[in-house]
Amino acid sequence: MSAKSNARHRRQRAVLALRYLAVLGLLIFFLFPVYWLLSISFKTADEIFASPPVWVPSSLQLNNYLVLFKDGDAVTVWNSLVTAGASTVLATIIGGLCAYSLARFRTGGNGLASWILSQRMVPPIAVVFPVFLLYVWFGWIDSYFGLILLYAAFNLPYVIWVMRGYIQDIPIELEEAALVDGCTRWQVLWMIVLPMARAGLFATAVFAFVFAWNDFLFALVLTRTEVTTFPVQVTHYFGGQSNFWAKIAAMSVLGTLPVFAIVVVFQRFLVRGISMGAVKG
Amino acid sequence: MTLPDHAPVRHKRKRQAFPLVLVGPAVFMLLLVGLFPLIYSVIVSFQGLTMTDEDTSFQGIANYAQLFHDQRLWESIFHTVLITVIALPLELVFGLMMALLLLEPIRGRQVFVALLVLPTMISPIVAGATWRLLFDNHFGPLNQIIGWIAGHPTPLLWTVVPDLVYPSILICEIWQWTPFMFLLLLAALSGVDRSAGEAAEIDGASYWQRLWHIELPSIAPVMTVAILIRALDLARVFDVVWALTKGGPGTMTETVSIYAYVQGFQQFETSYTAAISFLIIALLSVLVAAAVRKVEFVR
Repeated sequence: MSAKSNARHRRQRAVLALRYLAVLGLLIFFLFPVYWLLSISFKTADEIFASPPVWVPSSLQLNNYLVLFKDGDAVTVWNSLVTAGASTVLATIIGGLCAYSLARFRTGGNGLASWILSQRMVPPIAVVFPVFLLYVWFGWIDSYFGLILLYAAFNLPYVIWVMRGYIQDIPIELEEAALVDGCTRWQVLWMIVLPMARAGLFATAVFAFVFAWNDFLFALVLTRTEVTTFPVQVTHYFGGQSNFWAKIAAMSVLGTLPVFAIVVVFQRFLVRGISMGAVKG
Repeated sequence: MTLPDHAPVRHKRKRQAFPLVLVGPAVFMLLLVGLFPLIYSVIVSFQGLTMTDEDTSFQGIANYAQLFHDQRLWESIFHTVLITVIALPLELVFGLMMALLLLEPIRGRQVFVALLVLPTMISPIVAGATWRLLFDNHFGPLNQIIGWIAGHPTPLLWTVVPDLVYPSILICEIWQWTPFMFLLLLAALSGVDRSAGEAAEIDGASYWQRLWHIELPSIAPVMTVAILIRALDLARVFDVVWALTKGGPGTMTETVSIYAYVQGFQQFETSYTAAISFLIIALLSVLVAAAVRKVEFVR
């Protein structure tokens, strides 16, 4: 018997060792590119253009980043912050209210809900051209307002759909009691629904922010020079023959840090958000 | 669940307006940025507008007829389908394997999951740029590593040579989005009721039998939605290809999104691009309709 359980024990240990090995392989595959980007952002020109490649930069010199600030390129990260931030706030407020209405009053029935959801799935390239024509007409090209409005509208279906799910999960009894006690609808919304939906709002807002932050196509088409966002700026460093490697890497890192920071801060809200976001729309 | 009707009477009229007031701003915004431009571009698509020619006369279906003779357009659609049908199954299978690997308790699991999901959070443009740096034939580390394995220098031109451009795009795409599949499937698998699997184990069912007959059917709805979401994403693929090859060499990796962009914003074929937009919407509407129904069903 002990020989048999010993064999079983050994087998379990071997499986566990294999699993750790597989995880290690995955970590290398998925994280090495991130490491490489980071390492190039710290390398000197000599280290970047070395063959064979230099695997570890000799020092953490910040020159590549300082150049971005000195040349004014770093302002594109600020533009991304303004447009993604403002549009997220807008989409969360407007979308949250709409979601409450859909969840509690079934406003517009299934037709409205489906229409909103289908807006989410229309490919951006099919929308971007008509939107461009509209923006030229209104003079909204290359303005904060234009990009904020677009990102907010683009994120609305997601926010509405996910928040509708969250609100439906909140017990309705408290709201009923408050109404009986003489609260107005707005008071109910502000004092009872908002606190209970807060976790959902945070998760939804983070994803809306990331979607807007990572967008390239809309920013490419709807901006010129004034509100260029950081992904568009990154592509400016690609050349036909040679690329501005140091700038590509430093700008990419600069543009990725805010997202990582936000994801780390809000991590505990996110797993539910991502599964809700995907499964529920 | 809807609110019952026993709120104070003085709110009676307000209550009917209230739900509409809440929905109003959202619907207005979606109409302004979603529907209104579409209607406007329906009109444009029947005209003859280009950058230099302000021809607003009615052209009939000329632009739509042109779609069928546009070989470059259909090639770009083929490229998009090609990327989708290769990337999607691989992302699904790899994502599932990763989810199964990390489903059972393992020390450090939370940290591993958080680290493995990083690529999905990165902007697709940055992902493309990163892989462009990795793929570089002189200074990139990838050829160096391949050289070590092969035993001799291998200066492969990843994003340039026809044979390698698609593998480059696919590697980058799979690198970025497999973690997304992984996270969804891990969440779904964690929610599967363990008792059925444990009962089957006692009855002598093997790991694979349990996976095939119990766990996979339980997560099938989530899998379907994940596949539809990724299919819709891949059908619009733009950023990664733009960063890696810009659709080149020539038009070899031009996806339909890139082609529409080139027509609209580099060739300034205003009316024709509007027609392309509607072709894309028509082609994808089946997929969109399926996705909307599935997502509602899962809810």
